[in-house]
Amino acid sequence: MALTSEKCLEILCQVSDPEIPTLSIVDLGIVRDVAVESGAVRVRITPTYSGCPAMKMIEQSIVSALEATGEVRQVFVETVLHPPWTTDWITDEGKRQLKASAIAPPEEMAGDKLVFLPSSGKSVACPFCGSSDTELRSQFGATACKALYFCASCTQPFEYFKPF
Amino acid sequence: MDHSTKAALFDFVVSLGDDCLVLGHRLSEWCGHAPFLEEDIALGNIALDCIGQATLLLNLAGLIEGKGRTADDLAYWRDETGFRNHLLVEQLNGDFADTIVRQFFFDSYAFLLLEKLAASEYSPLAEVAQKALKETIYHLRHSREWVVRLGDGTAESHQRMRKAIDEFWPYTAELFQESPGDELLIAKQFAPRVSDLKARWLEIIDTALAEAKLARPGLDIFMYSGGRDGKHSEYLGHMLAEMQSVTRAHPGATW
Repeated sequence: MALTSEKCLEILCQVSDPEIPTLSIVDLGIVRDVAVESGAVRVRITPTYSGCPAMKMIEQSIVSALEATGEVRQVFVETVLHPPWTTDWITDEGKRQLKASAIAPPEEMAGDKLVFLPSSGKSVACPFCGSSDTELRSQFGATACKALYFCASCTQPFEYFKPF
Repeated sequence: MDHSTKAALFDFVVSLGDDCLVLGHRLSEWCGHAPFLEEDIALGNIALDCIGQATLLLNLAGLIEGKGRTADDLAYWRDETGFRNHLLVEQLNGDFADTIVRQFFFDSYAFLLLEKLAASEYSPLAEVAQKALKETIYHLRHSREWVVRLGDGTAESHQRMRKAIDEFWPYTAELFQESPGDELLIAKQFAPRVSDLKARWLEIIDTALAEAKLARPGLDIFMYSGGRDGKHSEYLGHMLAEMQSVTRAHPGATW
């Protein structure tokens, strides 16, 4: 069976974010493209945050997953910075997976520039109980990409994937 | 690219990278020591963003220089006089108010600078800046919120904020001073004229300070400078000694 870029992409759908095992890197939107050439595969990925420590692990996981097919001579993982990754690239399935992992998915940014002044925007819905009676506790949660919120309704803390 | 522009660009990108590296290291010193858990995590995450940006910038600087130096080579094997960061970022962490004021002054500057660099005619730099800008906006939200909360807080937090502002104000003018080599970059639209950023920076600072019920010194006081010429305060040497110690103890080691 000849390895095609489509097949490779299918394999990459099984590679998950180290922090969120139910979320694939493809649904996260970091895989830019896959090219196959005489048994060598080149995967281009766009990093999320500059200092994201998961990127190295994701690179290694991509290499292992493709090498495990036994049909690949070599795997090249290339990091491209442009266009910069945005949370708008997270697929609907990705957002569903986030919510299922008790992480509130990011709002759509689409055209809206990130501003630094305190926003009076709509509140974030609790991924546990759905209530909008939630408040920001910290801009930074367990990882740089997530903020820490608290739900006054079900009294549980939860994380919010920040629009980026 | 002609030799002079290359040299000026290297110098400029190294300076940006060094600001991120030194500030990132300073913030990492809070790990395990912050006033409470959420801030320990927040400062740690901000530090991580800074180190990530430093990696991208110093790797780019190495590429520009063309002598094969990587971000690691530049971070661990330059001595103090080779560093081009602004003096503000190497200052000691002090207490939480000190760290927040230092961060707020820097974040506001970085936000304005990165906005301009995101449109740089030198595309590799524009790409890094576009990424860094988004992260910096979250840093600025964080530091600005704390400025207001601590300033318009208790008598103790207010007093510590006043002391911190007085302490770090003399390091702010340097952020808006061009180096001679910058003129070449400005002409090619690789970089903006930093002195043009000062007016907006003051607006950002003064708006937040007013909300925080804090005052600041005037613009005509004595201001420190020299970082971009490798003339640093006594603190950088100690910091680098710690930061570089493992690499220098085991030259050539890899993970």
